Amino acid sequence: MTAPTVPAALKSSRASEGSLLSKLEIDVRMLGMLGALAVIWIGFDLLSGGVFLTPRNLWNLSVQTASIAIMSTGMVLIIVTRNIDLSVGAILGVVGMIIGVVQVQWLPSWLGFNHWLTAPIAVLVAVTVGGLIGLFQGWMIAYLAIPSFIVTLGGLLVWRGAAWWVTAGQTIAPMDTRFKAFGGGVEGALGASATWIIAAVACGLIVIGLGLSRRRRVRFGFPLRPRWADAVIAAFACGAVLGAATIANAYPLPAGIARRWAEENGIPWPEGGLFIPHGVALPVVIAMVVALLMTFLARRLRFGRYVFAIGGNPEAAELSGINTRWALMKVFGLMGVLCGISACISTARLNAATNSAGALDELYVIAAAVIGGTSLAGGVGTIAGAVVGALVMQSLQSGMVLLGVDTPLQNIVVGAVLVVAVWLDSLYRRRIK
Amino acid sequence: MSETGEKPLVEMRDISIAFGGIKAVDDVSVDLRPGEVVGLLGHNGAGKSTLIKILSGAYKPDGGEIYVNGEKADISTPRDAKRYGIETIYQTLALADNIDAAGNIFLGREVLTPYGTLDDATMEAETRKVMARLNPHFRRFKEPVKALSGGQRQSVAIARAIYFNARVLIMDEPTAALGPQETQQVADLVLQLKKEGIGIFLISHDIHDVFGLADRVSVMKNGKLVGSASVTDVTQDEVLGMIILGKCPPGATPGPGAS
Repeated sequence: MTAPTVPAALKSSRASEGSLLSKLEIDVRMLGMLGALAVIWIGFDLLSGGVFLTPRNLWNLSVQTASIAIMSTGMVLIIVTRNIDLSVGAILGVVGMIIGVVQVQWLPSWLGFNHWLTAPIAVLVAVTVGGLIGLFQGWMIAYLAIPSFIVTLGGLLVWRGAAWWVTAGQTIAPMDTRFKAFGGGVEGALGASATWIIAAVACGLIVIGLGLSRRRRVRFGFPLRPRWADAVIAAFACGAVLGAATIANAYPLPAGIARRWAEENGIPWPEGGLFIPHGVALPVVIAMVVALLMTFLARRLRFGRYVFAIGGNPEAAELSGINTRWALMKVFGLMGVLCGISACISTARLNAATNSAGALDELYVIAAAVIGGTSLAGGVGTIAGAVVGALVMQSLQSGMVLLGVDTPLQNIVVGAVLVVAVWLDSLYRRRIK
Repeated sequence: MSETGEKPLVEMRDISIAFGGIKAVDDVSVDLRPGEVVGLLGHNGAGKSTLIKILSGAYKPDGGEIYVNGEKADISTPRDAKRYGIETIYQTLALADNIDAAGNIFLGREVLTPYGTLDDATMEAETRKVMARLNPHFRRFKEPVKALSGGQRQSVAIARAIYFNARVLIMDEPTAALGPQETQQVADLVLQLKKEGIGIFLISHDIHDVFGLADRVSVMKNGKLVGSASVTDVTQDEVLGMIILGKCPPGATPGPGAS
């Protein structure tokens, strides 16, 4: 009599174990990646004697990650459709040069120096030029049926050459004062109040989003997450947002800049100096907004559904009546737009347009997407994963810089991590099957 | 040949298509009336699948015309075919493996919310309804179809074809990957749809499959039509002779491919 009950008991315990994660509906992969990130951060902190996990270093890390993270969200969609884009770094380079010329040589002669319209026009030009380049490459890939590897390999050379051509190799500097805010730094630090407001809005959106999804499920009688699970998720997500805001606000402006700010605002300079927080940086806010919009596009819009269907089975997508060529062309156009945004950020951060900007970025962007769980076989990938992937890559890089590791060794480590990460991921996928 | 004066639902006249000099379909004419099941028979490579892919808009014919309800139809993409109410269940099922059942059923015809976003809740609710009819035991609505069994995948493909009120249904080897019980389910479904007045092209290389369900058969060999016949006018052996030898029996109307 006892024999049959034992396996039953085992089965039920295993079921409840699985159901804890499945009740929370948390992606186990994502959890693993965040775990790996935590290990990297704590490891570097111990090795560097507590320098890595300081507000200052984390703030810099967030700014350094923004450009790659933005481009990696587009790369996810490209790889999902079973394509690749090797030209993103070169597009960033040529767009950076063009907006450098636009705001330093063209616009001042029409608008005068330091006109408020200079920065918006530069961004508009960047997004337009990037988008057109992307659409052009996408047209060749989708309608002329040239493999994306070839088109974008050619693009890598063409656009890098074009970046040199814009000014015959001359570096252009400095950038417009307001434009420099896109690069982070002191100009792009939003300050304490703005940071708290953004954090509060983000927390509000998290709670509203969870509530809406719950209401939709109730309306259609779908299985519901238990109320406590929703609460746990909301608490964790809001905790992470508020924690990040606290860290950004714990990093003060350097004394010299704080003093100048105090003088400009007529505040007397106190004995011990002023503690003026940086707050979150503009490029980081842009990256987060891009990641949110791209997630929305991938998950909630018809276009995103088509992108994933094309990746899963191109023939089925075609037979379903999807205009697969136009969809593919749009994916590459979108990638170009994102390269334009990243070009603004890296040009502003450097405060100069150089024709080598973005060199090797294509490899970091692809690596970020792949470490983030995007499958090169197509059909699988998440935007959030790619952003965490970009953060992992950048953490490794800046951690090693902090430890004084030589550049060649840095490259060796990053390369090895990429290969091992993809290997572990494939092991995980095989076990899931 | 026509027993009634009814207009054919679909008529394909003198259809030809060639791939690199090889005529895959050569001057073939077939028709289909409401509530009728027409079996399209022939060896592998006889041109059956190519012919129906022309009707479903996947290929553009080099020559010939398609009439729907007696009017000339212009079908050059799968979207066009669907607009005429022609739905296809492909031999390969043509499912996007990484997307769930609802995503596949509504692929290319998504239900949108007033804000233009995907209305996943409505699509899943509708999927639950249509699947309850086809496969009452189906529960795995949230999983990508890659995780489903052959029969379950088949029911998703069938659901996609019948959900949008098809008038013409093309089934390409619908039971090739199925067990006996699931094959019977497909047969029951064919009879039920027939009762609803849907015209069905049933493509198969297995003559027994077809004889039990079809009203008429058309046989192809080497891209040419051997002949068409009502199943009551010919024996299974005679049809086998049409398939293998291209020999048209007296009970059938010979086509250009009859020897």
